[in-house]
Amino acid sequence: MGLIVVAVISLGSIGLISAMILYGASKKFAVYEDSRIKKVLEVLPQANCGGCGYPGCAGFASACVKATSLEGKLCPVGGQNTMEKVASVLGLKVEVTEPFVAVVRCNGTCSNRPQQTLYDGVRSCAIINSIYGGETGCMFGCLSCGDCVDACQFGGIRMNRETGLPEIDEDMCTACGACAKACPRNIIELRPKGKNNHRVYVQCVNNDKGVLARKACSVACIDCGKCVKVCPFEAITLENNVAYIDPMKCKLCRKCEMECPQDAIVAVNFPPRKVKNEI
Amino acid sequence: MKTFRIGGVHPEGNKLSARKAICKAALPEQAVFLLLQHIGIQAIPIVKKGDMVKVGTKIAESGGFVSAPVFSSVSGKVNKIDNAIDASGYRKLAIFIDVEGDEWEKTIDRTPDLVKECCLTSEEIIEKIKDAGVVGMGGACFPTHVKLTPPPMCKAECLIVNGVECEPYLTADYRLMLEKTDEILVGVAILMKAVKVNKAYIGIENNKLDAIRLMKEKASAYFGIEIVPLRVKYPQGGEKQLIDAIIHRRVPAPPALPVHVGAIVQNVGTVFAVYEAVQKNKPLFERVVTVTGKSLTRPSNFLTRIGTPMSQLINAAGGLPEDTGKIIGGGPMMGKALATVEVPVCKGTSGVLLMSEKDSRRMIPQPCIRCAKCVDVCPMGLEPYLLATYSAHGDWERVEHEMIMSCIECGSCQFTCPSFRPILDYIRLGKGKVGGIIRIRNEKK
Repeated sequence: MGLIVVAVISLGSIGLISAMILYGASKKFAVYEDSRIKKVLEVLPQANCGGCGYPGCAGFASACVKATSLEGKLCPVGGQNTMEKVASVLGLKVEVTEPFVAVVRCNGTCSNRPQQTLYDGVRSCAIINSIYGGETGCMFGCLSCGDCVDACQFGGIRMNRETGLPEIDEDMCTACGACAKACPRNIIELRPKGKNNHRVYVQCVNNDKGVLARKACSVACIDCGKCVKVCPFEAITLENNVAYIDPMKCKLCRKCEMECPQDAIVAVNFPPRKVKNEI
Repeated sequence: MKTFRIGGVHPEGNKLSARKAICKAALPEQAVFLLLQHIGIQAIPIVKKGDMVKVGTKIAESGGFVSAPVFSSVSGKVNKIDNAIDASGYRKLAIFIDVEGDEWEKTIDRTPDLVKECCLTSEEIIEKIKDAGVVGMGGACFPTHVKLTPPPMCKAECLIVNGVECEPYLTADYRLMLEKTDEILVGVAILMKAVKVNKAYIGIENNKLDAIRLMKEKASAYFGIEIVPLRVKYPQGGEKQLIDAIIHRRVPAPPALPVHVGAIVQNVGTVFAVYEAVQKNKPLFERVVTVTGKSLTRPSNFLTRIGTPMSQLINAAGGLPEDTGKIIGGGPMMGKALATVEVPVCKGTSGVLLMSEKDSRRMIPQPCIRCAKCVDVCPMGLEPYLLATYSAHGDWERVEHEMIMSCIECGSCQFTCPSFRPILDYIRLGKGKVGGIIRIRNEKK
């Protein structure tokens, strides 16, 4: 009988002391977590793509909760809808942001850009770029090994076997920027989707002088500057021997596309031009 | 017989041009001088279009401490300063000179006599080497004067001269040791004076017995120079492997330098260039280039002016064979396949190798069977299969932890892999990325 009493008392006191220590520790080392973080996290798409610039959705949620306004914060996967939900959870105003889409700024298809050397090593753009200029004469263009395709977790890019260039599916692309980061030659750019999905951009990043660029590829930007002259909105600049259209200034008039002697400027999703009646 | 302690492979020697004496290559019609022929900062051009230059005229000034000036190897008129394709296939800034005649600068001593006496001080010698644009001619092209100026707190104890030439096919250093023995020995004595040591070792692999015999015979006349025959094993010509083989010391992982264990290593080609720079006032503008290949009619060793296009050397050696699959700048183990034969010879071009279609074809990679052969042969004691896998997955933290920066890119792992896995390709990628990450981290500090 005495043995049982001793056991109960000793175990009970050990339990009591442990409970007190644990209670003290939980008070002293308590971590305060804003309950709103969890709520924000629930409305995010959980893609963990890092397209917002934060480490995963949880990082983005805590950054949103800490911030005083949602300016400059955008979940590219969820887009405007998700940001509105986030704003309603936090009681903040949502910024109206334009949706973006990735574009491939190279049109060096097999016929436009003839192959000069044969590469038989690892099919990885990053490796080719680090060891040599590539199979064609263009040292800036697409290497056609599909690092961008591997980087996309939304199935938004696929490699076109015929042209040897990646193609972006506008509906699937969330503009998370993973492909742009994976491309060792910075060919992929995130541009605003534009009015009615209309976009005008230069499909070339060749920094070589005109003569060399034309030798390597029949649709290369040759730095002639005709587009700069024709643009009524001063949206086009020439830098490093290649033209760039500023999407913020461009009013989609398509004058540059008509003017370009190399067909290096493309206008996508526009209705076909009306053919002028010949007199 | 001495050799390094861990790893190593035994590729076939194939020294086809070993019996061919060094002969002068013809002058090119136009010479192209890349401004970045060394590791470090690009040289700055000091000539302009239309200027007349002579052989040995300085055409580009060194761009900083880790940099080297560039000298014209021909006399003629500067045609243009424009981009030229280098060995990597990218366009880099270069000076183009149209050759007219062969007029040398008056200061250069063109007599073949051996000048033994050197009464300059250590600082004067290093200054002269720096002004002559001498860089490491084993292939890495690290400016020699930087190597000879060890960081404070480090003291060199001995000079190690690399006459190993462990790369298959190449014979440029071997021919130089046979034909310019005295010059090399005087060069070694000058370098010993420059770094203030009284012991020098010349490491030569024992497949070059005549070079060892000749060197031994003549070295007895010089104080403190010892010839060390080494067992044949690749990559014995690597700086760290050579130090391990000769003085049995291991260089710690980067950023430690060989001088931290008391050794300064120079290639025999560099030693010869140092001799010419210090004793003959001749800046570095020509070097020995081996042009070789199994199907080539006349594999040869050419004393070539820097800036000569490789196509000219190939023609002089009998023209491009029909079965050529790859043209490699350097040796077969560490060299690079060239995208075009119009690439000019640089300070670091030790050879041009024409590989047949059959020899150069890459095998289809099979899955890794975990045989650990790559681990056995790695001379740096790394685990190449692991580095390659992590690099392929982009796990840069893990590869850095696994000491990827210690890799010397010798290619032994890929050479030995029974599954033909592209191990080195991935390691190079990882090394580049990790190097970038480390640089950014250091800048932030």
